[in-house]
Amino acid sequence: MHPAHTYMSPEQVEEFGRELDAMREEVLASRGERDRRYILRLIGTQRRIGVAGRALIFASILLLPVWGHALAGPWAFGLTLAAGVLALALAKILENMEIAHNVLHAQWDWMKDPAIQSNTWEWNHGCPSDQWMHSHNVVHHTWTNVLGRDRDIGYGMLRVTREQRWHPFYLLQPLNTVLMAVFFEWFIALHDLEINRLLSGKKRWSEARPQWRAIRRKVGLQSLKDALLWPLLGTALAAPFALNGLGPSLLSVFLVVLAANIGANILRNIWTFMIIFCGHFPADVHHFSRASVEGETRAQWYVRQLLGSCNIRGGQLFHVLSGHLSHQIEHHLFPDLPSNRYPELAPRVHALAVRYGLPYNSAPLGRQFGTTLLKLLRFSFPGPSRKAAPA
Amino acid sequence: MTPAPDHRTSRPLLSRLRAVADLYTYPLRLSHYAELVNPLWSTHKLQARVVEIWDETRNSRTLTLKPGLNWRGHRAGQHIRVGVPVEGMHYTRTYTISSPPERRDGRFTITVKAIDGGRISHYLVRKVRVGDFLPVGLPQGDFYLPDAQPVRPLFITAGSGITPAMSMLRSLVAQQRLPDTVHIHYAPHDRDLIFGAELTQLAQEHDRYTLHPVYTHEYGAEKQTKGYFSAAQLGRLCPDWLEREVYACGPPGLLAALEEHFAQAGESRRLHIERFRADFAGLPDGAIGGRVRFASSATEATADGDVPLLRVAEDAGLNPPHGCRMGICHTCTTELLGGAVRDLRDGRLISEAGSRVQTCICAAAGDCELAL
Repeated sequence: MHPAHTYMSPEQVEEFGRELDAMREEVLASRGERDRRYILRLIGTQRRIGVAGRALIFASILLLPVWGHALAGPWAFGLTLAAGVLALALAKILENMEIAHNVLHAQWDWMKDPAIQSNTWEWNHGCPSDQWMHSHNVVHHTWTNVLGRDRDIGYGMLRVTREQRWHPFYLLQPLNTVLMAVFFEWFIALHDLEINRLLSGKKRWSEARPQWRAIRRKVGLQSLKDALLWPLLGTALAAPFALNGLGPSLLSVFLVVLAANIGANILRNIWTFMIIFCGHFPADVHHFSRASVEGETRAQWYVRQLLGSCNIRGGQLFHVLSGHLSHQIEHHLFPDLPSNRYPELAPRVHALAVRYGLPYNSAPLGRQFGTTLLKLLRFSFPGPSRKAAPA
Repeated sequence: MTPAPDHRTSRPLLSRLRAVADLYTYPLRLSHYAELVNPLWSTHKLQARVVEIWDETRNSRTLTLKPGLNWRGHRAGQHIRVGVPVEGMHYTRTYTISSPPERRDGRFTITVKAIDGGRISHYLVRKVRVGDFLPVGLPQGDFYLPDAQPVRPLFITAGSGITPAMSMLRSLVAQQRLPDTVHIHYAPHDRDLIFGAELTQLAQEHDRYTLHPVYTHEYGAEKQTKGYFSAAQLGRLCPDWLEREVYACGPPGLLAALEEHFAQAGESRRLHIERFRADFAGLPDGAIGGRVRFASSATEATADGDVPLLRVAEDAGLNPPHGCRMGICHTCTTELLGGAVRDLRDGRLISEAGSRVQTCICAAAGDCELAL
């Protein structure tokens, strides 16, 4: 039996699906100039913030106390550097979350703008776009929360539901969680390789080799940019002064820029980790067995998306910074509708869920992330009994 | 005449520098940031700024455009693709450049006539403002006068089909090598003649240029009532038409009549035609199923109106990319080259060439061609 039928009769499920289809078509038909302006302005703003971040990091070097001019000093340096790191992190967050994630979902393909197409957009992230589209759009969005099918359940490394069989490896879970948060970009980059299946021999290396080459190239170019080229440019700009015995040493300039770039990447990693882990892991979210979704209809798929996703409540800015993944439920019901439309859909989807007696998992960040962390801690130990699990 | 590119020798160094600079902005390019300062500086896409607008007639307008860095000169008679955002969507239409290549200020003009019910032409004629940026393509097309061998042209144009002839005439005048030219132009009436004043002046100043305007409408009439093309008309206006190279541009009816006339005379090779391809396929009401052509795999198949094109492709022995098979992952998306398809989820018809088609949830609506 499909889990949807624990809540509703088959006819009700289909009617629920028709109501969601109608909502989808309404939004499809109303897409227009307003949406185009939104994404174009956002892309422009994001790029300007990125430039500002790089510029502030360079400017902070001019404020190092060693220069001895009136503006220089530890506070001026520290604040400017922090502002630069934050701006750079913000630019990376906006690009990954609200722009690229949604462009790669083909949310903006309808504009037919050749510069904003899902099949040509390469995102500012270690994971090659086409591999992301496979592991995310195809696997995760089709098989959301289906054990053994959705590889985003614990990302092949963490135990996030009692229905995953316990293994002594999960005792390391608190440490692994921190590692994953800090280096989230690289974990995502390797995600579609399916290292688990490679190790267990279920996937052949010959299949993974072209993927690995693409990952190596992408990760290489991303690292080259942040870990070598930008620090070197800073060093080159400081060189004329250093050669005349002025200003900071070239090594310290290199290290300041390097540290700032790494800091921005890690901030972005932790933020995206938090938002994404709140999507399907908080308390009261549902998981499904492979057998239960066999031959599922589109309406049943809708119900599964609703039961398997969690929203985060927050302000408008928070929604944009989360790439509207704070509207995870709406995103999973309508993955290819423009993200700026999710907030207006949310109350309607919520009301619909209430009408059909379905749960609508929505709470502030503290509750969603808090319960996620508690579950990660609890499930690093064996149990509780899998048999007790509902549905 | 195209100005010779003079920067060819400096290219390798410049492009190498640019390649290094692009690494700083990976996965974007430096050009994506240059665009923020001035859209004309971008090199990843070509845009043009509207710098002047001039009404030619009550429903046609000349836009003067200043193109971006990647522009190269055109040959008189060539056209460009212009991208126009209407209701958030990017449409592409083709317009002939009406200015001569000899223009010195690096700008060019296109002259657009608002077609009845044409949203794109209406946008360009009524809504575009000075300062707007429009994506444009590079000049293309083989409708131009030969460089070397002198010809005695006969231009036969109608309505906005005058634009390539205008560019050629202006170019010939600028080069001071205007040959013996006859020009038959069809327009609704005398106040509706695009470039009317300039053509009349040209005819007065140059004995070698003979203009025969043919008016086809009474004032205020909606439909053509007179002045249809005929063999007799051609013989009267240009008795030596058999000895001339004919350059024709206008509506399909006129071009078809010309083709027939020249074929009968056995002089088809003297007739050079520029036609604007219709962007919409004529669609029979309620068309269901049809022949599907998969362009890049050079395969054809017959499709039912309720079978997803992905299945059609697979049954034809192809293995196109696909994922969820339910329209959510967009792995199977491809381009519609022609014809129409129907979205099986909501029955929506997709018929504009260049549209993105999800093959797993779209079926053929009449004959269609996909990029697959």
